[in-house]
Amino acid sequence: MYVRALCNEIASYAGTVKEPVYTVFFGGGTPSVLTPDLLKKIMDTVVTHYDLIPGAEISLECNPGTAERATLAAYRSIGINRLSIGLQSACDSELKILGRIHDNKQFKSVYYEARDVGFDNINIDIMSAIPGQTIESYENTLTEIVNHDPEHISAYSLIIEEGTKFHDLYGDDNSVIYTHKVNDLSSHSNTRCDIPSLPDEDTERDMYHMTKEILSSAGYHRYEISNYAKDGYECRHNSVYWTGGKYLGFGLGASSYYGDNRYKNTSDLGEYLEQKGKRYDLIYIDESSAMEESMYLGLRMMKGVSITDWRKRFKRDIWDVYGKELRKLITDGLIVTDNDRIRLTDRGIDVSNIVFSNFLLD
Amino acid sequence: MDKQHIRNFCIVAHIDHGKSTLADRIIEKTGLLTEREMQEQVLDNMDIERERGITIKAQTVRTVYKAKDGQEYVFNLIDTPGHVDFNYEVSRSLAACDGAILVVDAAQGIEAQTLANVYLALDHDLEVFPVINKIDLPSAEPQRVIEEIEDVIGIEAKDAPLISAKNGIGIDDVLERIVERIPAPEGDEDAPLKALIFDSLYDSYRGVIVFVRIRDGKVRKGTRIRMMATGATAEVVEVGTFGAGQFIPGEELSAGMVGYITASIKNVRDTAVGDTVTDDDRPCDEALPGYKKVQSMVYCGMYPADGAKYPDLRDALEKLQLNDASLRYEPETSIALGFGFRCGFLGLLHLEIIQERLEREYNLDLVTTAPGVIYRIWKTNGEMVELTNPSNMPDPSEIDYMEEPIVSAEIMLTSEYLGAIMGLCQERRGRQTGMEYIEANRVLLKYDLPLNEIIYDFFDALKSRSRGYASFDYELKGYEKSSLVKLDILINREEVDALSFIVHADSAYERGRKMCEKLKDEIPRHLFEIPIQAAVGGKIIARETVKAVRKDVLAKCYGGDITRKKKLLEKQKEGKKRMRQIGNVEIPQKAFMSVLKLDSE
Repeated sequence: MYVRALCNEIASYAGTVKEPVYTVFFGGGTPSVLTPDLLKKIMDTVVTHYDLIPGAEISLECNPGTAERATLAAYRSIGINRLSIGLQSACDSELKILGRIHDNKQFKSVYYEARDVGFDNINIDIMSAIPGQTIESYENTLTEIVNHDPEHISAYSLIIEEGTKFHDLYGDDNSVIYTHKVNDLSSHSNTRCDIPSLPDEDTERDMYHMTKEILSSAGYHRYEISNYAKDGYECRHNSVYWTGGKYLGFGLGASSYYGDNRYKNTSDLGEYLEQKGKRYDLIYIDESSAMEESMYLGLRMMKGVSITDWRKRFKRDIWDVYGKELRKLITDGLIVTDNDRIRLTDRGIDVSNIVFSNFLLD
Repeated sequence: MDKQHIRNFCIVAHIDHGKSTLADRIIEKTGLLTEREMQEQVLDNMDIERERGITIKAQTVRTVYKAKDGQEYVFNLIDTPGHVDFNYEVSRSLAACDGAILVVDAAQGIEAQTLANVYLALDHDLEVFPVINKIDLPSAEPQRVIEEIEDVIGIEAKDAPLISAKNGIGIDDVLERIVERIPAPEGDEDAPLKALIFDSLYDSYRGVIVFVRIRDGKVRKGTRIRMMATGATAEVVEVGTFGAGQFIPGEELSAGMVGYITASIKNVRDTAVGDTVTDDDRPCDEALPGYKKVQSMVYCGMYPADGAKYPDLRDALEKLQLNDASLRYEPETSIALGFGFRCGFLGLLHLEIIQERLEREYNLDLVTTAPGVIYRIWKTNGEMVELTNPSNMPDPSEIDYMEEPIVSAEIMLTSEYLGAIMGLCQERRGRQTGMEYIEANRVLLKYDLPLNEIIYDFFDALKSRSRGYASFDYELKGYEKSSLVKLDILINREEVDALSFIVHADSAYERGRKMCEKLKDEIPRHLFEIPIQAAVGGKIIARETVKAVRKDVLAKCYGGDITRKKKLLEKQKEGKKRMRQIGNVEIPQKAFMSVLKLDSE
């Protein structure tokens, strides 16, 4: 029923979208729980209603605990050509802390079977700053995945977000706070003594910097704050987000940026199935919002923001709009300019939120 | 109305012993208001008063009571503020009365303010009779309390009405007792006008409304009146009496009566509480005794959080002052906080009330600097200056010596907390001047304390160390020589004028250290390391460091995160706006008030 609603939604936009489609991404949650049949139905809907260019990047997020060889082969035959596997850590005890149901062994089997059935563009997600993680265990995760030789690696530092179990547990300042919620963290850590502390800030940054070192010496270049790839394997889909490109999101809670609006689908399944197509959090992106975004999204990429492209897009000189901010950030050593590009420095990456907040216009 | 049928009285009590509730019952029973009209506490009509459960501004109600003797009596119930900050107002209200009802809680017994207020009433030669309230409480011990009143205060209490104001028990008895025990007013109607101002109120339509007790003579519309202390003159527009929550215009006010006068006076300052009103054409020989110019005891800087709101703050203070002659303010400039005002208050409670009213009624966001007292600085050239703002402290080389205000304090407590409270007074540089056991386990402690040691949190400390069983009252005693220093705070090596304060030399190190610790928690981390230092006379005595931010980064930012990400950045930027920029450092507004909470751990 959900897939039917989803296909209807996909089809409903067909008339309005004239542009060709360059990338498709199945993600958010665990799309690999869908049977290949259902996935095929969705893919067919896309192909029927849109102008999907030949060689389009078609990615699928895949949980190492939920995929089998036959399924993987079926995905491949549907046309999916990029796989993103959420490993997070090669250390099983850390996976438990994260509440993941897979272990490292399962991951390896999924990974090599995917290779076997012909996936030649695979991403592995890993995570640093997991509670209880040490520099050594993280280094081990890094070297192990480098040995698997994937094309792309996303390396995230765990963010304690409000509204998550970890936030209840660690609070705003990341120190362990004991509340009754401790018990539902996971069945494996239901007493106080089992709660490992978060790596401190220095360790966390060390991990972050180690990521870059190990991955770049293994041939992966960092092209975004948390993303590394072999040459030519940068995720084209995600790059759309950082360059102000347009995208349509379909399904429960999916986000879109189309026309000049950003908006979201309902997060209520019942409502979604009624297919009213109501848009939530609709925000009109006027020119100044687009300028702001061009900075705080564009600077996420290591190649930074091109001054020429910026002038072409906004018909204004970036120095006229952000001269004061840019000069201050340069003085503070947070960004650099070379030739046509403005980029974050390493220190600028570490405190990028502070850098980005400078680009909000009044 | 002949004088024989007038009773002018007030109710005195320790805070929370039920004064306002009894007043409500009296108003109810005398039948001027139906129960429906009756708000919970008719006398307290300001929001803040109701929330804090105290009466700030003295108010008065005139009611008519038909006694058992079949005659009608006019009751002028003059409400008095219950807090030590407003002692002078209390004394003026008492001066307008002929008698007082002393309310004592049947469970708590006599407290510090019971004593302070009853002595004040006796000083004014008022006839005082006690009532024992809250007799319905399970812990009530009326007999013990009666004995306590007789032993400690020395007034007859055997036949004191046992009442519950809350439940309306025993109120009739109180009403009859008012007729019997409170003397009728005296005074000569034909003598020149002599009236005591015991309160005043600003009304935007009528100007200042003066509350008076007529001692001699008469006043009516058209009388040209003169305030004897301030010298202001005006022609009376209206006279009248006080209904509950309303003014009832009348023909004239004559000797013995309590009422109001309006005379198109624009400034409450012209009608100082305690001043004497007389007839400008036929003045009386001498003013009534006891007039004092109200003195501010506590000063602090008040600044608009948003510098652009300075004119709004000025207007608000102007308006508040129309109604509150004891509020002082003058413009001042701080390097850290910009344009604001140095304000003077009767005490810390008064300060808090004004602050709340500015924020609530005038919608202002304020930054308040540490409150201080008025120090006297004797300079080497023989000159004396009064210091209300630490930033204006002269160079130490010009100072011969300094003096600080000292208060005489009385603390009533149960003996089990004696050690703890004596310890507290000791810490606050108190000097014990007396100790009396008023009962086997109740003690009255007397201390001389420096005012600057009690304005921050003495009251809270007293309450917590005695688990609420100690009560406290004080009055200004005078000035004494003291070893005082100015403590400066440096943030990122820049002195922040708004954080300086005067402190006794012996506690400078301790306070400096706590201040640095507190500021370390209040100041957010920046891109660089920030030293926070406390200094006395240029010498650093304490230091803390706010470490630089190592990381502030959002690891994931994909299609669904962008809107949220922007909100996060906006929040970050907004937070910055609410801070004060000192050099390169952004300091949150509340950090300026952190000195107030140094001892709260």
